[in-house]
Amino acid sequence: MSESLTCDVVVVGAGMTGAACALYAARAGLGVTVVDRGPVAGGTTGAGEGNLLVSDKAPGPELGLALLSLRLWAELAARYGPDIEYDAKGGLVVAETPEAVDGLRAFADAQRAAGVTAEAVPADRLHDLEPRLAPALPGGVRYPQDAQVMPALAAAHLLKASGARLLTGHEVTRVLRARDGAVRGVRTTRGDVHAPAVVNAAGTWGGELASRADVFLPVMPRRGFVLVTEPLPPRIRHKVYAADYVADVAGDTADLLASPVVEGTAAGPVLIGASRERVGFDRSLSLRAVRALAAGATRLFPFLSEVRAVRTYAGFRPYLPDHLPAIGPDPRAPGLFHACGHEGAGIGLAPGTGLLVAQALTGETPGLDLAPFRPDRFPRPTKEAAR
Amino acid sequence: MTSPESADAARAFEVTFDGRPVEALPGRTIAAVLWAAGITSWRTTRDGGRPRGVFCGIGVCFDCLVTVNGRPGRRACLVPARPGDVIRTQEGTGHED
Repeated sequence: MSESLTCDVVVVGAGMTGAACALYAARAGLGVTVVDRGPVAGGTTGAGEGNLLVSDKAPGPELGLALLSLRLWAELAARYGPDIEYDAKGGLVVAETPEAVDGLRAFADAQRAAGVTAEAVPADRLHDLEPRLAPALPGGVRYPQDAQVMPALAAAHLLKASGARLLTGHEVTRVLRARDGAVRGVRTTRGDVHAPAVVNAAGTWGGELASRADVFLPVMPRRGFVLVTEPLPPRIRHKVYAADYVADVAGDTADLLASPVVEGTAAGPVLIGASRERVGFDRSLSLRAVRALAAGATRLFPFLSEVRAVRTYAGFRPYLPDHLPAIGPDPRAPGLFHACGHEGAGIGLAPGTGLLVAQALTGETPGLDLAPFRPDRFPRPTKEAAR
Repeated sequence: MTSPESADAARAFEVTFDGRPVEALPGRTIAAVLWAAGITSWRTTRDGGRPRGVFCGIGVCFDCLVTVNGRPGRRACLVPARPGDVIRTQEGTGHED
């Protein structure tokens, strides 16, 4: 069966970012259709932990986007909080060595100057915040702005709230372009959807979608595993992670990086991350990666060595070479907008991204400077260079 | 000549479920032992306190969790029963709040 539909904007991708784009575009008065080749939250949204973080971000454009997004998350939570398991739990970053304390404090000082609330926590106060933390850790920093949602629920509820028409199981095969280059909609495996604007919210597959509009955007996958424990009563209050996580996030190695990130969930299981590997779209289980996660988590929380891990899941963070997302209009294809490449921070950065895209769609001045996120900032490699 | 049943019976041993003795046969999982004794529920859910027992029976669904020898969260469908096992109904996570 073939459909031919018309609307103001097609959002490609029914993950968290697509949902946020749909919500803010609809609030701006646009008629929105969301298409996805799979189900809602079937990609990276359904494979993460739902972190809404400022703590891991150095001053710069991404931190600006995170601060905007955290404010928007708090507004969204006032209405949808319980449905999406929003928890303003705060983050606690702990140092494992005295040198790491110094690094962490210097990082926090710089963040504070950029508008982040960061409270130094001396060694003898760590257990007031997290009673089950390992003994003898030299100190940490508390970030009360950090929060958490259940990402699949958040995407589903915000999509529903947007009132957008949702077409799952529709893979976009082409972004339709007029003779003058302007975007005219999308061709899907189940018919065309006509619109003067298309938003690329295809996450880790955003580079592929861009190529279907004949533009270059080098989004690449960075694999991560999450280890899930048996359900427990509330035992871990904050999102707790080791200071070296920040270095890993910014790291550029292809080989396995693993630093412990530990948090409880509303449903009871504790989620343990975070590994990073550049191995393409390889989904096979890496025992080495999940062992590293378990070792890191039990180092921070020794009681976890007595807790059973019941399963693991993997996902692919969408990264761009400079670790910044692509947000805003694409001058190479009038009518094409991008909202992808958020690496491991996509859930947290979704509302800000959605708002900025909606502002761009309606011709409003964006609330943040979009220049650092320009989608055309990566030159297409020449055949010579690719060789 | 002994029948298979009587050979089994000779090797039977005892475990307890919520304090009462239950006969077990070698090689059977805890779920099989409990079912053979007519017990089909040995956990209550975290939210509604509803009864749970075997669902998938092959270790995938984690519905049949039970507390064995003081350790909560064991999958009854996978764990072989051993002589003297102390099996208890698991309420919620089985961990103290």
